[in-house]
Amino acid sequence: MINYILRRIAYAIPILIGVNLITFTLFFVVNSPENMARMHLGMKHVTPEAIDKWKQDHGYDKPLLLNSAVPGSAKVIDTIFFEKSVKLFAFDFGDSDDGRNIRHDIRQRMWASLAIAIPVLIVGLLINITFALLVAFFRATYIDLWGVVLCVVMMSISGMFYIIGGQYLISKLLHLVPISGYDTGVEAAKFLILPVIVGVIGGIGAGVRWYRTIFLEEMGKDYVRTARAKGLSEVRVLFRHVLKNGMIPILTGVVVVLPTLFMGSLITESFFGIPGLGSYTIDAINSQDFAIVRAMVFLGSVLYIVGLILTDISYTLVDPRIRLG
Amino acid sequence: MPRAGRICIVRQSMAVYGNFTKRSSTALNLGTIVRSFIPCSLVAAMALQLAGCGNRDWNNPYPESETNQNIHYSSFFERPKHLDPAQSYSSNEIEFTGQVYEPPLQYHYLKRPYELIPATTTEIPKPIFVDKDGHELPANAEADRIAFSIYDIHIKPGIRYQPHPAFARDVSGAFLYHALSPAQLDHIDALADFEETGTRELTADDYVYEIKRLAHPKLHSPILGVMAEYIVGLGEFGATLKSEYEKLEKAKGEGFYLDLTQYPLEGASVIDRHTYRIKIKGKYPQLLYWLAMPFFAPVPQEADIFYTQPGLKAKNITLDWYPVGTGPYMLTINNPNREMVLVRNPNFHGEAYPSEGESGDAEAGMLKDAGKPLPFIDRAVFKLEKENIPYWNKFLQGYYDTSGIASDTFDQAVRFDAAGEATLSEEMRAKGIRLVTTVQTTTSYMGFNMLDPVVGGDTERARKLRLAISIALDYEERISIFLNGRGIAAQGPIPPGIFGYREGAEGINPYVYNWVNNVPQRKSIDAARQLLIEAGYPGGVDPQTGASLIINLDTTVSGSPDSKAGLDWLRKQFKKLNVELVIRGTDYNRFQDKMLKGNAQLFGWGWNADYPDPENFLFLLYGPNGKVKFQGENAANYSNKEFDALFVKMKNMDNGPSRQKVIDQMVEIARLDAPWIWGLHPKEFGLYHAWFRNAKPNHMANNTLKYKRIDPELRSQKRAEWNAPVVWPLWVILIVLVVATIPALVTYRRHETRVER
Repeated sequence: MINYILRRIAYAIPILIGVNLITFTLFFVVNSPENMARMHLGMKHVTPEAIDKWKQDHGYDKPLLLNSAVPGSAKVIDTIFFEKSVKLFAFDFGDSDDGRNIRHDIRQRMWASLAIAIPVLIVGLLINITFALLVAFFRATYIDLWGVVLCVVMMSISGMFYIIGGQYLISKLLHLVPISGYDTGVEAAKFLILPVIVGVIGGIGAGVRWYRTIFLEEMGKDYVRTARAKGLSEVRVLFRHVLKNGMIPILTGVVVVLPTLFMGSLITESFFGIPGLGSYTIDAINSQDFAIVRAMVFLGSVLYIVGLILTDISYTLVDPRIRLG
Repeated sequence: MPRAGRICIVRQSMAVYGNFTKRSSTALNLGTIVRSFIPCSLVAAMALQLAGCGNRDWNNPYPESETNQNIHYSSFFERPKHLDPAQSYSSNEIEFTGQVYEPPLQYHYLKRPYELIPATTTEIPKPIFVDKDGHELPANAEADRIAFSIYDIHIKPGIRYQPHPAFARDVSGAFLYHALSPAQLDHIDALADFEETGTRELTADDYVYEIKRLAHPKLHSPILGVMAEYIVGLGEFGATLKSEYEKLEKAKGEGFYLDLTQYPLEGASVIDRHTYRIKIKGKYPQLLYWLAMPFFAPVPQEADIFYTQPGLKAKNITLDWYPVGTGPYMLTINNPNREMVLVRNPNFHGEAYPSEGESGDAEAGMLKDAGKPLPFIDRAVFKLEKENIPYWNKFLQGYYDTSGIASDTFDQAVRFDAAGEATLSEEMRAKGIRLVTTVQTTTSYMGFNMLDPVVGGDTERARKLRLAISIALDYEERISIFLNGRGIAAQGPIPPGIFGYREGAEGINPYVYNWVNNVPQRKSIDAARQLLIEAGYPGGVDPQTGASLIINLDTTVSGSPDSKAGLDWLRKQFKKLNVELVIRGTDYNRFQDKMLKGNAQLFGWGWNADYPDPENFLFLLYGPNGKVKFQGENAANYSNKEFDALFVKMKNMDNGPSRQKVIDQMVEIARLDAPWIWGLHPKEFGLYHAWFRNAKPNHMANNTLKYKRIDPELRSQKRAEWNAPVVWPLWVILIVLVVATIPALVTYRRHETRVER
């Protein structure tokens, strides 16, 4: 297994270089260093000299990908791409273009993202499994039919509707929790209730439908028929056998998203005023802060790769037939 | 009472549990219901209690300990980029720096037109003019004889800085935190983690130090370019600093302190402990306005030394994030990802609320606090609020003290009476909210690129085409449809509130408007069509193509429905002349590039006043400020020799009839040439809760928090009244859920029974 993991990490390096190159290309297709300088210096009284000075101080005064003015390997090394990329692989994110330390910001903001993402994941998982089992149990009845219809309806509604509707109903009309905001410690609870409820409800439609399919597939298998033939009650069949085997694809699906929970949610964080990493990224894109954009894309890629590796490992743990070699 | 209400709810929930428990012994299926219901109820109840734990208002986003405290609650939309006074320029930055830093001058809070008064100085400095040989000239000397203007600025003695660790010293007098060890840094995550603080008196050195900082090679002061044109030697000083910094960087690496006091600057020097001198090239009366901005606020050298330590930079503890000032407030919490908190500076030197204002201020109650010591508010909490909807709802719940009005909430807040005056809606009036409207010192216009062969140039043909389009674009309609009446159509480049603006009949643009029944009335579309004929485009037809004339509008496109509707409206306006408007939508970066290269034909642009002087608007049409040739702010690339000559004359004049006459001439030239479709001056609509007092919009001053007053008791009372929790729908939902499970349980029992057979 160790060899497998090392091999996967080695595969990850060219992937990360590729992701970094694509991010770099896409960013600079839309923005030029001059535009970035103008954005950071403000729109008034900006002189060409000030723009040149900003570019020089922030390392954007070199060619983007290839420096044809210098000989040898410096053609590649003495470029914005190389200088900005190489430190990322040591997880040295440096400073944002407005001078803040990115690592410090990430460490500070990831907790806010996790404070929402983890409860949404756990509570959502429990509720989705419960409803999926219920619908599967009553398969081919009116509960199954209307349950699936409801799921499709819930899937079809925009996430924004849940957020605005939740804020309107729970906070504005009923005055039960604050509409938005964030705090640390115990005080955080009152701010997290609403986004967690909204996150869970927004995920029920897709989650229940998926898990229902998994459970129904399991319920059609031979071992379930055998269990029923042995005279086990339907509840026991469901909880002892179907749930246990159905959890394999569910848990491996969860493992892959675990690392990316750090990255937060763009819309939820924005509407609820949660200072997480989701809003950090979108702010950086809006303010043309390439230092943050590249750091967050890089971090997201690393976490996704970690998630995939963990998924592979989790397969071996839950299914003894699988061996990583 | 709110607290009693909570107790009632707890009792109600217990009663519900009791009823179900009683029935559980009689029915098996209901027992299952109860077993599933009780945990659900408990979870819901616990969640609700947790949410309301200790609070009278469950939806109160602030800690209960802050109830009844003298705290102002506001928000910020995006985190400020810079709080270093040498760098910060945006309004969302100056909202904070303006309360912490004290430049030498400030604007009178109440008087209009805007008037400068001393902040830390003993008086408004008066310049001494000298010729090129150093001989003093009389105050009314011709501008071209003046080689230098010398401003000696006297600051009040005894002003002290806020408590700050940069000033902390040990018993021997050495600074405690100027050489932090890694062990000391381990325990530091925010400025508040430093145990010791100190202070010292404000001196003239601090003002001179900040002027030198404008040229620091690692700071990117947006006004360095402008100031280098005026402050003697500042440009050369910047070059010296740059070369010295590079030398030192090679020797020491990154993150060292560059001692600016070692490098003299002719244009800024210390005379004595409380006097410093600024030497300006020629005559530049607008300098006084700059002296009211944080760019010229004092920065103590100790703060720069303290913050330059690399260990602090890695923790985002820098002068750019933790300002050090002498103002009425100090920034104690700066978490721009969540909240920023200003707290009353215990060392503030004191200042009194103004005892005079403009007419109507006394009647409006603005002088009730006359002579009382400032500031009134103890703390100001600014929360990050990125979306309008939550912000607006929190304002209505009483959790923010003030609000603007977004387009989507305008109808909820404002009604127009029969006379067309904006008034509050019934809902707002019931809450005791006040509406204050003011015209902003801003102009929003559409410019013609004067370098364009069709719409540009000084030919009669192009001029008449521009005028025809100016008449056809009905800005009154635009303001009514898209701004809910929040603006006034512009008659020229100067907005109301700025010297040079003329009211009434003498202020209208006679090429676009007639004066009818004491109001300006846009000329008829027939007048525009006639101009089009005279321009050589009869019926809007371009004789070269035989088809409708095509005009290209370069603009940034957001893709929002409002933006699309606005562009459709523009096309419709041009259609009145049978002219085809082609929208060339692009992103902001491409738009900027087009403007710099002069590739636009017609474009939208705007300008916010830096200071209340007509020069700050008329320079937007000054030829040597052309965007294409000189990278200046004259986006239309307008150039008229007569206008330019008058501008040079006007900019150095003092306000008075002579200056007004020159401005009138300039405005007349610009109106006739029509390089801009003059557009509009936006109107600001501000909503204020009843407990928020002394609120008067001031578009020039940025240090106005000290004048505001809060009535915390009234606020608490209103919040409790408006935010009583409503819990019965939760019980209804639970009951519905329970009832809905009954058929499922029946089905389950049937199913189980069938299996057992």
